[in-house]
Amino acid sequence: MSDESSGMHLTLEIWRQDDADDRGRMETYHLDDVSPDMSFLEMLDVLNEQLISGGREPVAFDHDCREGICGACSLVIDGKAHGADAETTVCQLHMRRFKDGDTIHVEPWRANAFPVVRDLVVDRSAFDRIIARGGYVSVGTGSAPDANAIPVPKDRAESSFEAAACIGCGACVAACPNASAMLFVAAKIAHLSHLPQGAPERDRRVLAMVDQMDREGFGNCTNHFECGAACPKGIEVETIARMNREFLSAALRER
Amino acid sequence: MIQASPRLDSKCPTGPIAERWDKHRFDLKLVNPANKRKFDIIVVGTGLAGASAAASLAELGYDVKAFCIQDSPRRAHSIAAQGGINAAKNYPNDGDSVYRLFYDTVKGGDFRARESNVHRLAEVSNSIIDQCVAQGVPFARDYGGLLDNRSFGGAQVSRTFYARGQTGQQLLLGAYGALMRQVGSGKVQMFPRREMLDVVVVDGVARGIVVKNLVTGEYERHAAHAVLLCTGGYGNAFYLSTNAKACNVTAAWRAHKRGAFFANPCFTQIHPTCIPVAGDHQSKLTLMSESLRNDGRVWVPRKDGDRRPASEIPESERDYYLERRYPSFGNLVPRDVASRAAKERCDAGYGVGASGQAVFLDFLDAIERDGEDAIRAKYGNLFQMYEKITDENPYRTPMRIYPAVHYTMGGLWVDYNLESTIPGLFVLGEANFSDHGANRLGASALMQGLADGYFVAPYTVGGHLAGRALPEVDTENPAFREAELACRERTDRLLAVNGRRTADSIHRDLGLAMWNHCGMARNESGLKTALERIRELRVEFWENVRVPGDGEHLNQALEHAGRVADFLEFAELLAADALDRSESCGGHFREESQTEEGEALRDDKNFCHVSAWEWNGLDEPSTLHQEPLDFEHVKLTQRSYK
Repeated sequence: MSDESSGMHLTLEIWRQDDADDRGRMETYHLDDVSPDMSFLEMLDVLNEQLISGGREPVAFDHDCREGICGACSLVIDGKAHGADAETTVCQLHMRRFKDGDTIHVEPWRANAFPVVRDLVVDRSAFDRIIARGGYVSVGTGSAPDANAIPVPKDRAESSFEAAACIGCGACVAACPNASAMLFVAAKIAHLSHLPQGAPERDRRVLAMVDQMDREGFGNCTNHFECGAACPKGIEVETIARMNREFLSAALRER
Repeated sequence: MIQASPRLDSKCPTGPIAERWDKHRFDLKLVNPANKRKFDIIVVGTGLAGASAAASLAELGYDVKAFCIQDSPRRAHSIAAQGGINAAKNYPNDGDSVYRLFYDTVKGGDFRARESNVHRLAEVSNSIIDQCVAQGVPFARDYGGLLDNRSFGGAQVSRTFYARGQTGQQLLLGAYGALMRQVGSGKVQMFPRREMLDVVVVDGVARGIVVKNLVTGEYERHAAHAVLLCTGGYGNAFYLSTNAKACNVTAAWRAHKRGAFFANPCFTQIHPTCIPVAGDHQSKLTLMSESLRNDGRVWVPRKDGDRRPASEIPESERDYYLERRYPSFGNLVPRDVASRAAKERCDAGYGVGASGQAVFLDFLDAIERDGEDAIRAKYGNLFQMYEKITDENPYRTPMRIYPAVHYTMGGLWVDYNLESTIPGLFVLGEANFSDHGANRLGASALMQGLADGYFVAPYTVGGHLAGRALPEVDTENPAFREAELACRERTDRLLAVNGRRTADSIHRDLGLAMWNHCGMARNESGLKTALERIRELRVEFWENVRVPGDGEHLNQALEHAGRVADFLEFAELLAADALDRSESCGGHFREESQTEEGEALRDDKNFCHVSAWEWNGLDEPSTLHQEPLDFEHVKLTQRSYK
């Protein structure tokens, strides 16, 4: 065997922060022999194994399913939420997208409404509180009519699905210069407003969810459209216009 | 001989099978509506079973505390289920019925599930679809606006409802919405980033839990009148599986050590269509939905060691081995059969890809027949996922797939009420053992999780609350103090070892031993080797693991180490159960028990029972309790998919 390895040599600049009160700092790590077939998170696993073996604490990051559906992973890579690939979560990003010798910057989601818990882990419970204000159809268990009692036109069901595909990762907030959560909230509003189910609470839903969004300290939308570009599920920014219409007509009817 | 254990009263009702659940519900005591708010219920886990149970119980008026290890209840691993959910609606008019779904599930489970439970599951399946649609789950529809169904995993009828390849996500978001509605109303208190470390038993009844707050490291005690474990399966005992990284056996295992019997741990499901291992860095395996087998054809080269690209292998040199071996079911044979057939070909040297541990799943015929757009509409997200991971385009070259650990049919033993051998401790969803026997059919996991949570536990938990005297217990009770102390000591021990190996590296070694000796095919000597190896690893873990940091902050290394420690104890029980069950059935294939054609051979005389294990302490053999299984309606037959 020659000492030449096929793996990449990388320099990692990673945000480390002990807890919410710590100021935090970037730290530099070197990693050899990174396989292009690794996912980005598997690369971080290798780094963490090295750190633990050396008695140092691993880099904390949220992750779970590692197939792009749970919405846990949440890294800003070289300034891009979930990295540069379109419609990709970090766990689906592979190291073949990087070059030998690259320096990669890794940071957490940055938003006032998402305080850092530790290193790359942030607190996204604001999203849960928004959903708790109306992101559902109020139907108690057992009180549903037959599933085919209310037909839903195929294209409406499809549009509903497209919006319902949101994984609640928060990349839209991280990508937005204003840290706005409009795309996240709009996706839930669109998912439900395309369907006849839940129509009676349509006005209440949009008013309450937008109210909670504002209370959580998310910024306003000023049409940068970075959210749509960062969304790993390809949810379109037009969804926001739909929410604005829903909100306006609900607010008018409210008067 | 099978001996019924007096400790295992299934409480199954008798009488005509279609009336049993009704009769049982009538016999269960009811809690007066005005009294419901006086009862506290703990729900651990917020996947399909946990979220649906927490929401439904809160709707009834109980005060619910719900716990999850993730940062949000919406991230539970049910979210990753792809293919669909079964129900006996018979919308396509193709001959389905509650009885047929019941029959298929008992038979598909290779006759190791209780008939009464399975029939109830089939009965409530239709209500689940109604409920989910009313919640706004965007299932696939036809041009008339009505719900679409597909055939799935070998079923001869189309009974699977689906939302593209993201059915689990959509169902979970429906249940999560119902849960969050109750959080908003104040009936559910949500505790995210909590790990359950112990069940607290007072006077023989489960009365609370001890959890660790994963952010602050604090131990928290929570008292209640009933505890529901909805904490999923133990597939990650194999390290590599399709489970999410946080999936673990800890909650179930700690309950087991407090007296909940563990049933059929050797019944693990190896899913035939997963993306193969790419290298040593592999951290998990990704499933490619079984629905792909509706249109994909599985093949390997006829010549062993043929490493030409698929496009250069002519039709005449391809072996469509599932179609060859099982002409009537072809590519749609059940999961266990498809997995073993893939292993058989690869072991014989016909595997493809760099490792030789893969077979082709080919869509070119389907694309030629239906057009690329039609295939994209059905499987677009799966094809995209495949391409991201492998850098290969499955519209042009066949997918490479190989079996991987996916689901665990075994789990904590429960009676017909879903109550474990600890009174007041209920177990729902994948965490229990009850409905899938030795093999789960495709699109049945989502059905079972939601059946348990929406339509079974809300009644049976009420029976427990109304039927037992439950004196007030608070968290200063000595049982809480003792449990918390034990949890603290365990954490301190983990931090104090200060050895040289990471928990992850030991977990990988455990996984390798499990996969090699306790995977798709098992035999006596391999299982004995596994038992020895697991014990060695457990000893090594406690002598040589290194867990940096402390227990007072978010410490993911500590979390993982704690889970690995439990997997190391649990794995021994899994292997011991596999060794004891010397028959082949469903996903449990013992090489000593096969037909001349290499198919699984059951031994109903000696093994037509549930094996429920009682914990006696570390390094003490567990006690085996048997619950005999009666088949009054589905005749015991050898499965055949020829």
